[in-house]
Amino acid sequence: MFNALKGMLVTLSTTLRKPVTAQYPKQHLPLQERQWGFPALTWDGEVGEPYCVGCMVCVRMCPTQCMSGTMIDNPKHAEGESTRRKIIGDFEINLGRCILCGICVEVCNFDAIEMSHEHEISHYARNGRRVDLPMLLDMGVKYQQESNWIPPTKKKAAVAAAAKAAAEGGAPAAEAEAGEDTAEKESEA
Amino acid sequence: MTEAQRLESVDILVNMGPQHPSTHGVFRMVLWVDGERIVDCDPHIGYLHRGSEKLSEGELYSQIITLFDRLDYIGNFNTELAFVGAVEKLMNLAVPERAEYIRVILCELNRISSHMLFYGTMGLDAGAMTPIMYGFRERERIQNLFEAVTGARMMHNYFRIGGLREEPPDDFVARVRGVLPAIEQGIEEGDRLLTYNEVFLARSRGIGVLSGQEALDYGLTGPSLRASGIPDDIRAIEPYSIYDRFDFDIPIGENGDTWDRYAMRVEEMRQSVKIVKQALEQMPESGPIKAQVRGIPRPPKGEAYFRAENPRGEIGVYLVSDGGDKPYRLKIRPPSFANLQALRPMLRNTYVADAVMVLGSLDIVLGEVDR
Ligand code: SF4
Ligand code: SF4
Repeated sequence: MFNALKGMLVTLSTTLRKPVTAQYPKQHLPLQERQWGFPALTWDGEVGEPYCVGCMVCVRMCPTQCMSGTMIDNPKHAEGESTRRKIIGDFEINLGRCILCGICVEVCNFDAIEMSHEHEISHYARNGRRVDLPMLLDMGVKYQQESNWIPPTKKKAAVAAAAKAAAEGGAPAAEAEAGEDTAEKESEA
Repeated sequence: MTEAQRLESVDILVNMGPQHPSTHGVFRMVLWVDGERIVDCDPHIGYLHRGSEKLSEGELYSQIITLFDRLDYIGNFNTELAFVGAVEKLMNLAVPERAEYIRVILCELNRISSHMLFYGTMGLDAGAMTPIMYGFRERERIQNLFEAVTGARMMHNYFRIGGLREEPPDDFVARVRGVLPAIEQGIEEGDRLLTYNEVFLARSRGIGVLSGQEALDYGLTGPSLRASGIPDDIRAIEPYSIYDRFDFDIPIGENGDTWDRYAMRVEEMRQSVKIVKQALEQMPESGPIKAQVRGIPRPPKGEAYFRAENPRGEIGVYLVSDGGDKPYRLKIRPPSFANLQALRPMLRNTYVADAVMVLGSLDIVLGEVDR
């Protein structure tokens, strides 16, 4: 009897605490910064085109083969506006098949794909969540704005340069260098 | 018809599952009952079979980690560790110190979150609604932490061959430290709420008894084996990763009944907290988190068996490589599958009402039973 009473005291004391649950569809708990929603393509605002050059590495490495895409010549490159010689033509991800593994993000060398915060994607049609390039870019732009996105390679280079500068005791000249790095890498494609 | 013939009784066959709320997944038990007493039991598995072993033969090593996430979907980190451990063993790869510590911290937290879920469902099986609410509350803290580290709550895909995917967030250590007192308090409260509750004791003491010898014969591992009095924990008898650097106890049961199997897990949570604390103390502040591995790893020709202590028992991965980028053969030794075989001797001569509790005390995850 005694132990049952002790248990009841636990319940009582918990009643007085602040609840940890939220009324879900109406209320949302804050997402963690790294939270993985479905993958989205990022938008290069400076040039006005996607980061993605259509190299298809992510398509090959995706464990569920839920992506497809084509690579085309970049008209902006011919006009000299962009350093990307090739660019993505169409791109489709079947989000209904995506298992949110993040491998596509990991293998992309061009900062072109990111796990966005999009996670509520229920749909009535069976294949209703095949998303095409404009939609993916929409998702991407939304994510970029939400999270003050900096291209990961740039960020990494900046961190490395800052560490180097700190080690040498000099002023950090990270930003400019990092920018050149990514530009070079992109034009290699 | 004579009097004796009319009173002759027959065993009734009762089908339980696969869509039964308390079978912990899609699992079917066929019970032969004589009145309220179970005469025999026949477990049917395979509803969740996805062919993980065969699928692995067609996937790159980096992609297989996603399959392992989905094997034991409550102890994901521990399952991932078993696979990357096997590949690392075959490649003879040294994992950076810092990565090992982060792995151990995540694995032990995962063990706590898995046992928290067990604690909740055990209460539910016994007819108590409250523990599952509290269990989930504590589990949620850990799950949030995982989300901050890996981006995903359950399917992390975070361990890599030779290390980790990415550096954990800057406040990782602080957050783990912050979450530990709450968990400790949660374990205490859970203990007070359920462990010695008279009704719970009456329902679980002396039910589903399995002797130590029987447990060994059936190949049980993990807390279910230790409840029968066999001190066998792979973290201690054959330390993998860096488990030899921590000081922790292995709880052992006396009777091998349902209550012992429950109490083992509650005690194990405390030990896990202890390990996490030590790991946080010893962890190097900075350093590499991944060894030098080629983008697409190709382990040398050969074979390796790696075993690790999953929240449910010994998970073993037997890997045969022909030197290519995909395994030639991959065999998984799942703990729940072996543990489930002991259900039959455990259930004999118990009552139907206890069947659910005995099954619950084995803490099976159908994802790895059926793989
Ligand atoms: S997202 Fe990245 S990896 Fe995929 S096609 Fe575009 S550039 Fe290549
Ligand atoms: S997250 Fe994984 S499954 Fe989804 S598109 Fe990327 S690689 Fe494919």
